[in-house]
Amino acid sequence: MHVPDGFINAPVSAAAGVVAAGAVAVSLRGARKELDERTAPLAGLVAAFIFAVQMLNFPVAAGTSGHLLGGALAAILVGPYTGVLCIAVVLLMQGILFADGGLTALGVNITVMGVVTVLVAYALFRGLVLVLPRTRRSVTVASFAAALVSVPAAAVAFTAVYAIGGTTDVPIGKVLAAMAGVHTLIGIGEAAITMLTVGAVVAVRSDLVYGARGLTAPLKLRVDGELVDAAPAAGPGAGDAPARSPKKLWTGGVVTALVLAGFVSFYASASPDGLEKVAADKGIDAKVRPHAAADSPLADYGVKDVDDARLSGGLAGVIGVGATLAVGTGAFWAVRRRHATGAQV
Amino acid sequence: MGAGHAHKLYRQGHSPVHALPPHTKLAAVLAFVVVVAATPREAMWAFALYAVLLGAVAVRARVPAGFLLKRLLIEIPFVAFALLMPFVVPGEQTTVLGVSLSVPGLWGAWNVLAKGTLGVAASVLLAATTELRELLLGLQRLKLPPLLVQIASFMIRYGDVITDEMRRMSIARRSRGFEARGVRHWGVLAKTAGALFIRSYERGERVHLAMVSRGYTGSMPVIDEVTATAAQWRRAAALPAAALLICLLGWTL
Amino acid sequence: MDPVTEHQPSAEPPSLDVRGLAYAYPDGHQALFGVNLAVGRGERVALLGPNGAGKTTLVLHLNGILTGGAGGVTVAGLPVGRKHLAEIRRRVGIVFQDPDDQLFMPTVREDVAFGPAAAGVRGAELETVVRKALARVGMEEFADRPPHHLSFGQRRRVAVATVLAMEPEILVLDEPSSNLDPASRRELADILRSLDVTVLMVTHDLPYALELCPRSVILSEGVIAADGRTADILADEELMARHRLELPYGFVPSSVA
Repeated sequence: MHVPDGFINAPVSAAAGVVAAGAVAVSLRGARKELDERTAPLAGLVAAFIFAVQMLNFPVAAGTSGHLLGGALAAILVGPYTGVLCIAVVLLMQGILFADGGLTALGVNITVMGVVTVLVAYALFRGLVLVLPRTRRSVTVASFAAALVSVPAAAVAFTAVYAIGGTTDVPIGKVLAAMAGVHTLIGIGEAAITMLTVGAVVAVRSDLVYGARGLTAPLKLRVDGELVDAAPAAGPGAGDAPARSPKKLWTGGVVTALVLAGFVSFYASASPDGLEKVAADKGIDAKVRPHAAADSPLADYGVKDVDDARLSGGLAGVIGVGATLAVGTGAFWAVRRRHATGAQV
Repeated sequence: MGAGHAHKLYRQGHSPVHALPPHTKLAAVLAFVVVVAATPREAMWAFALYAVLLGAVAVRARVPAGFLLKRLLIEIPFVAFALLMPFVVPGEQTTVLGVSLSVPGLWGAWNVLAKGTLGVAASVLLAATTELRELLLGLQRLKLPPLLVQIASFMIRYGDVITDEMRRMSIARRSRGFEARGVRHWGVLAKTAGALFIRSYERGERVHLAMVSRGYTGSMPVIDEVTATAAQWRRAAALPAAALLICLLGWTL
Repeated sequence: MDPVTEHQPSAEPPSLDVRGLAYAYPDGHQALFGVNLAVGRGERVALLGPNGAGKTTLVLHLNGILTGGAGGVTVAGLPVGRKHLAEIRRRVGIVFQDPDDQLFMPTVREDVAFGPAAAGVRGAELETVVRKALARVGMEEFADRPPHHLSFGQRRRVAVATVLAMEPEILVLDEPSSNLDPASRRELADILRSLDVTVLMVTHDLPYALELCPRSVILSEGVIAADGRTADILADEELMARHRLELPYGFVPSSVA
């Protein structure tokens, strides 16, 4: 999904650059609070890992492959602020070293692949972790869902940017269908990798997963062979668990919204409407086909136009919910944080 | 940085381009790419001149054409996209060799191809003449926030660790007859990624402990200062300045 | 007062003083159960113990990488804690088991310079410190080589130099003789003997401990199980067997000591 130079026009590239710079600036401030002295090395490791797995292409369908975006993984492992920084660094270095993604399109790339994926993934992840029981398994499940949604969300964001500032006016519907279709499949791969990675790290070193903090047993002292309880030296306030009151609201809301958006719109579009039928009959889908090849050439995808429409319909719904939740939760946290800091001052 | 400070993209050399301080080169490439992107696509001759400029830099840097062209392959997915544009973009049609093509599509394809290729070529030249470590120092000098520079430098250091581990695991997989060929193999690849992460994580953590033990508190200590003289800045500025001139001509002519 | 401090001749604070140290990892596994240990200035002490006894965990407490359990550590009178962390890390020089973990800069010179530079040393002074540290381990002529081009023994010596460059109060070595060929092992012993710093040496190499350290302590199941003269400890067969410590075949401590 790396956008090269000259793909998006100058004003939109510049605007995306401003958005990306803003996001990075906010993240820099946030990252200081998020992590201790481990910040940069851990973030660097996550960045290196994302860099590496972006090269690990996994097969999607006949001859096509996609690569991980890594936003969800970064957000869950090192937190959303540092996560944005990680992706930004990966993209910057890819642009400079491998010429993968244009330097003038860096803003677009960071916004789409960094900010959007991280925000959507982290909002969904936190939401699910809040709702699900506090176990390691929940963390794994939540990371699967977060990664799954984050990739098509980025595809939709890319399409939006392209709609505003694409240098060539390819019909947006086609771009969206192709992008969302391909990236839903990639999203499944991303979800699997994210889940297994997070799962593996949580199992061995849960202290290193930002999204899963807080599980310690009291210390013992061995005095003359007997174990006695030790007084904690200076326990850092581990008891400040997040308020649980909006939990039920969240549960109901998220589940209902996802079910509605996903399944209902999936079946709603099960019978192709007239326009699609016409399109199929007149062979417009033949044009969609080369289109799908656009971002990551998908030779045989898009033949079954109807299935596509269903899938992308259902998908768009889920993404819509995800994005809305992201924005809503983001606002909620922003307000609450301001309250908290306000109270301290 | 360990073993990775001499990356594959870098070509050892002592050309005047190699000798320029990294931050001047970074700034020059950035300015060049911006100028290219801002050039109107109708001024075809301007892009030809840009290519000539880059060619001149490549010659001075003694980067062989074959190396440069091979590195340009990274662009292929977008070349494919560009080649499709004339067929799918609606609008005025024209006929070339009996094939109906859309005019805006052709312009779009040209635009993406020309600007994309020039951008890639400029980056490739930068990477070919600048060591990775120098690039980081350059970014630091260009006032990239220190935290980002650090993340980048750790990324490069751990990059080696990860690629090493990845190669070992891939050899182990392949020597047992595994080849990833479809959705069915995702599970294996995903598990590989998980294991890879843990292995690199623990390795990285030990390195980090060693650093913390020697007083690392979050910022790399300054051991060697990078400075650029005015003359070096002027030399680096030659490329974007020439490009800017062409760009201005492109707008006015 | 703790019996182990009786070695200490003067009133000045010991180089290292560990009291009631307990620690559990975030995954719930508890590694230390109340460690008490004092090491006087200029002493060379071997820390022995079976695998999994908590040796590495203890080492990581000495410069405040791990904290938050019960008890505490003081280094030359200075408590290890967030407040003095920079100073503590300058005073406690840890040489890790794998030199590849310790050496992470592109050249030997930059690697040795890392610690002092982090402490704010610059320019000519930095250059002097680096040269001196490399001279102490006999590696001056390798200053501009990348560490990964050196032999294992040379890398371990550079690792020692990176720590010496910080003029530590106490040198902590984690398995210093592991993976060294006999000549490198002896060269390292010569270097360690020539240094006038307090040394705490974590090792499984019992002859090496006997050669270099007059005093030994055994860490077992997260507590100090024995503390005394190295020769006495190695000669106590029952004690050694109880803590899964074994001498190399044919080695008789009394014949050397």
